[in-house]
Amino acid sequence: MLISVKNLKKDFINEDVVTPVLKGVTFDINKGDFVSIMGPSGSGKSTLMHILSFLDKPTGGIYEFEGRDVSKLDDDDLAEMRSKKVGFIFQSFNLLNRSTVLENVMLPLSYTNVSAEERIEKAKKLLDQVGLSHRLNYSPNKLSGGEKQRVAIARALVNDPEVIFADEPTGNLDSKSGAQVMKILQTLNGNGHTIILVTHEKNTAEHAQRMIRIRDGLIIEDSIVSCRQRAEEDLVK
Amino acid sequence: MDFFESVQTAWQMITRNKLRSLLTMLGIIIGVTAVMIVLSVGESVQALILNEIKAVGTNLIVVLPGYAEENGPPASAMGIVVTSLKYEDGEAILNSNNPHIEAVSMYVKGSDVITIADKNISASFYGTTASYIDVENCEVEKGRFFTKDEELGNARVVVLGGKIAEEMFPDQDPLGNKIKIKKTNFTVIGVLKKKGGGLIQSQDNDLYVPIKTAQNVLLGINHLSFLRVKVDAIENIDSTMEDIKLILRDRHNIQSANEDDFNVRSTKQAITSISAITDALRFFLAAIAAISLIVGGFGIMNIMLATVQERTKEIGLRKAIGAKNRNIVFQFLIEAMTITFISGIIGIVVGSLLLFLIAQIVIAYGLSWTYIVSPFSIMLGCLVSIGIGLIFGIAPARKASLLNPIEALRYE
Repeated sequence: MLISVKNLKKDFINEDVVTPVLKGVTFDINKGDFVSIMGPSGSGKSTLMHILSFLDKPTGGIYEFEGRDVSKLDDDDLAEMRSKKVGFIFQSFNLLNRSTVLENVMLPLSYTNVSAEERIEKAKKLLDQVGLSHRLNYSPNKLSGGEKQRVAIARALVNDPEVIFADEPTGNLDSKSGAQVMKILQTLNGNGHTIILVTHEKNTAEHAQRMIRIRDGLIIEDSIVSCRQRAEEDLVK
Repeated sequence: MDFFESVQTAWQMITRNKLRSLLTMLGIIIGVTAVMIVLSVGESVQALILNEIKAVGTNLIVVLPGYAEENGPPASAMGIVVTSLKYEDGEAILNSNNPHIEAVSMYVKGSDVITIADKNISASFYGTTASYIDVENCEVEKGRFFTKDEELGNARVVVLGGKIAEEMFPDQDPLGNKIKIKKTNFTVIGVLKKKGGGLIQSQDNDLYVPIKTAQNVLLGINHLSFLRVKVDAIENIDSTMEDIKLILRDRHNIQSANEDDFNVRSTKQAITSISAITDALRFFLAAIAAISLIVGGFGIMNIMLATVQERTKEIGLRKAIGAKNRNIVFQFLIEAMTITFISGIIGIVVGSLLLFLIAQIVIAYGLSWTYIVSPFSIMLGCLVSIGIGLIFGIAPARKASLLNPIEALRYE
């Protein structure tokens, strides 16, 4: 078991007003799963992702990652977990425009002990895998949206993470680029990567094997996707 | 977090908006420039004074007529003519049983329009003793200095300073020529070698005649303007000064020190009083340096706070991909220190150029000046500028590190 969540709660406290965002969610995720967390905005899906990806701490319940109780970790430990265990793909890419594509991909490794040669080698290999080896020294703002997101995927993979978190990865893309991104995610999952996809679009969510639907801080559905979308087929259309 | 990446980022920040960067860096640049000038001018001035003292001699004691406070101005400086010091006083000092006294030279000073053939030049002349050449540590370039016999025998002979000799006799050998001082004919018997310097006194522009001739023939007086005593070694100066005071009190029938009609000084005291002036100047410049460095530091703080704000999203990203708080602090500190270090380097260059300019101006005024950029001042400039980056960069860097990554990632 990679991730185990039991009765997880999160309250936001603003002055004296307590707003419960997660009201007790329970689920497990295994290594190699491709899970989508789906829900409308304000449902608590982003908060859940932040907690699962060590950016935020729950106010109640238990979160175990690889059997470790995450609530016992301090800020530095959480940073260490983010550095070693997770990779992020954001809706707005979050690439540094003053650095090159290659430097952007290497960035997570600057917080690890990986040697300079190995950083370059790894980043080049991953950029090759996402089909961008001809763009190594470009600035990200010269790239199309689809290319940017592929750079971000390479960046998310560079530290060999246990889980990849994709937060609305197709939100800023046209349908063709979006399909390309989803195809890469499905290929990665086929190669054994665990992927957690957060989205509000049912169509996108259906690219995963399993869908957890959230509304008002509670899970309203947790099921295997019956007719899974194949990004490859979308591309043919 | 890579050190070089932070340095590179800082460099990009500086070059992306050159005017803004220059304005930000100005305080540090001015501050470091001032530091450079404080330290290097200090050394140059000290070298200049040392040169002057060496030109006059470091082992000299001066006896002036009239009472004066210790280190206070002598009576003659206020235009008072005191006639208490006589030729015989000098003789008595020389003939005392103090073994450290090597020579005594005596002086009367006057000035006049000197006539050479039909040309007139206004110049100062000194009546002095034959021992002048020994006491003042100077050399004769041509001819000879006058002798003890000529000194005592009212001889009409003159020795010229190196520079004025060239002025008076541009195209001919001055030796053997006649010049007129106060309507009396003098024969040129020697020319002194040029010594340079001249902050305290330049002998290159003066004329020298035997002291008795000056007293009896030219000025009609029997007192001295001052006398100088050459001592064998610097460490004997203080004891010899005391001896001289005792000899003169005895000769002038003086009972206590505050009735003195003379005062005795060493070149060491001259150094002290000049040093006091340059110290005050250095203190003033140091204050300017400190103030502009502090103001510059706040400028850096301001720009770093703006940078942190601008790059909130980047900070969020860095934290999301594993940066610890101290990585973020380190990154922004390195950036701040890079900016201040570059400012410091510019300050050092500007300071060096200004020092070069100062040297050119001082040399143009005919003084000897060494163009010194002290390695210590360069090192201090670098250290101070980096230190300012560290001190004023810490608050913005901490602010960056404490950003909540979730909020920072959402920041637009």
